[in-house]
Amino acid sequence: MTDIGKPLAIALQGCAKTFADGTRALEPLDLAIHAGETIVFLGPSGCGKTTTLRIIAGLEEPDAGGKVLFDGVDVTHLPIEQRNVGMVFQSYALFPNMTVAGNIGYGLKIRKTPDGQIRARVAEMLAMMQITKLADRRIDQLSGGQRQRVALARAIAVRPRALLLDEPLTALDAKLRDTLRLEIDSLLRSLGITAIYVTHDQAEAMALGDRIVVMEHGRVAQIGKPREIYQRPATRFVAEFIGTMNRLTGTTQNGVFSCRAGDLAWNEAPGHATEILFRPEDIRIAESDEASGLHGKVAAAFFLGDRTRLFVEVGEARPLVVESTARREFNHGDAVRLSIDPRGLLVL
Amino acid sequence: MKHRGLFLLQLGFTLLVSAFLIVPVILSILAGLTVNYFVGLESGLTLRWVIEVWTGYRETIFLSIGLSLACLAVTLVLGVPTAYVLAKRQTALTRAIEELLVMPVAVPGLATALALIVTYGSVSGFRTSWAFILVGHVLFTLPFMVRSVLAVLSAIDLQTLEEGAASLGAGFWSRFRDIVLPNCRAGILAGSLMVVTLSMGEFNMTWLLHTPFTKTLPVGLADAYASLRLEIGSAYTLVFFLMIMPLLLGLQAFAKPRPVKFVAEETE
Ligand SMILES: Nc1ncnc2c1ncn2[C@@H]1O[C@H](COP(=O)(O)OP(=O)(O)OP(=O)(O)O)[C@@H](O)[C@H]1O
Ligand SMILES: [Mg+2]
Repeated sequence: MTDIGKPLAIALQGCAKTFADGTRALEPLDLAIHAGETIVFLGPSGCGKTTTLRIIAGLEEPDAGGKVLFDGVDVTHLPIEQRNVGMVFQSYALFPNMTVAGNIGYGLKIRKTPDGQIRARVAEMLAMMQITKLADRRIDQLSGGQRQRVALARAIAVRPRALLLDEPLTALDAKLRDTLRLEIDSLLRSLGITAIYVTHDQAEAMALGDRIVVMEHGRVAQIGKPREIYQRPATRFVAEFIGTMNRLTGTTQNGVFSCRAGDLAWNEAPGHATEILFRPEDIRIAESDEASGLHGKVAAAFFLGDRTRLFVEVGEARPLVVESTARREFNHGDAVRLSIDPRGLLVL
Repeated sequence: MKHRGLFLLQLGFTLLVSAFLIVPVILSILAGLTVNYFVGLESGLTLRWVIEVWTGYRETIFLSIGLSLACLAVTLVLGVPTAYVLAKRQTALTRAIEELLVMPVAVPGLATALALIVTYGSVSGFRTSWAFILVGHVLFTLPFMVRSVLAVLSAIDLQTLEEGAASLGAGFWSRFRDIVLPNCRAGILAGSLMVVTLSMGEFNMTWLLHTPFTKTLPVGLADAYASLRLEIGSAYTLVFFLMIMPLLLGLQAFAKPRPVKFVAEETE
């Protein structure tokens, strides 16, 4: 489709950031981003995602001692205009004084590309984003989704070495977000470009990321493939931030975990476990005549069509969240027996 | 029906206010064209007064136009970058500068003029040149330029727009030329309109600053009203109108805001 050049490998070494007012936005951070991968920065508001992205972009310099390397070359003190990275901002930052085509061609104009080539490239971008009809519109004549496409086209038009996206979909409504997420995903894959995508939406992170960097309070909590992050969270923060996590407190003895709701046979249980974590889909609702398992009472049941989401009271601070595909109906107050797949049990 | 009544009432009121403001202008213009104002229109119409003003006071008109354009040039060169810096850096210092800039507007023109004379009055070549008046006018009009550009710059997310341009490879000067200036065009034009009209009509300060060689239009007008026939003063006003109207209309046409239209998402 559009040649982008050799994808870029990016490395951060000891990059901390303290703002002028003393805010410590980032603790010293080491990170290696492979050439051509899509990496997602995920974390709650204020955890330092944007700051990290801006350091990579060159919009922010890390504190003394930090280094940014592009393909091994130190670019720490290179301003953004010399780094050749494409950026997509949450607010789009489209130029209101230019048309759609003017916006997309601006980077090429700055590079003194001949007019004919600019026109050809802009036309190519417009076609790729399916916005050819909008070429001569002004920015204030576009809808949110259209603006987002223009912003993407503008960033890609200059064939950047990497694409940096800061919550590009947050300003859009849910349905449009899903559509564009798919489009961005296939776009990034077809370009083969190194992409860094910032979001606080875990579904977006799971769908787009080759790897996810989960951040917490200016630190990296975990880096890994979406599946690893979900199934083997490294910390409690990661476990609870991503997906739904259930928790039981109790004691472990001789491979049996005991809690208020009953006993769980778990051969590999570490002797010290006083708290176990597990996902809703790892719980099975046992047939009523089974003797073993945990006792619980249905506190609420939501039929979602393909499954039922249950909140089951087991004498803990929070009820367990259970997903059942059983065909039966559940009502408030029903007594249920639960068994948990030992492979899904976590101690953190 | 009720709406219609209300509308007619509003229309009537607007027309009344307009008439209140416009009638004196028309009367003044007519006065400048009648042979004898005290006799009235039946004394006949004449261009005599206009010609007399033109021969006697032409210089003041040209000086005023030149002065206001020079003032515009200086306030553009000083004001736009100032507004840009004030918009980009929100520190205690820039806020203080913003406040200080209003001083020449708040302080009576006469006081500013006196201060200028006390300080620079003895620099002989300067005191008698029109540049002396220009300094006063710039002091007085600069805040208007800075404020109107600043207002526009604060309304757009300048920082992000510039970052967007930088990410596409634009250095500082390219960004200033391609992004900052075009996006504060409305503010620059509004400010220009203010500066030109204010400088053209400024009397207080100019009256103190002027010398017999540097008489501006309003000072000449005051002279004419004070020492000559009413018809000449009125003819002066007429000439002034004829000179300044095209200038202002031209600036207005430039400054006209573009219509904003929103087009809904197309289903594809
Ligand atoms: N220019 C600045 N000056 C001072 N503090 C700042 C500045 N920019 C960011 N911060 C602070 O640094 C921390 C990290 O900010 P950052 O914008 O990186 O968070 P984020 O993870 O992108 O959050 P969000 O999801 O809300 O966008 C926050 O506590 C924020 O208040
Ligand atoms: Mg952010």
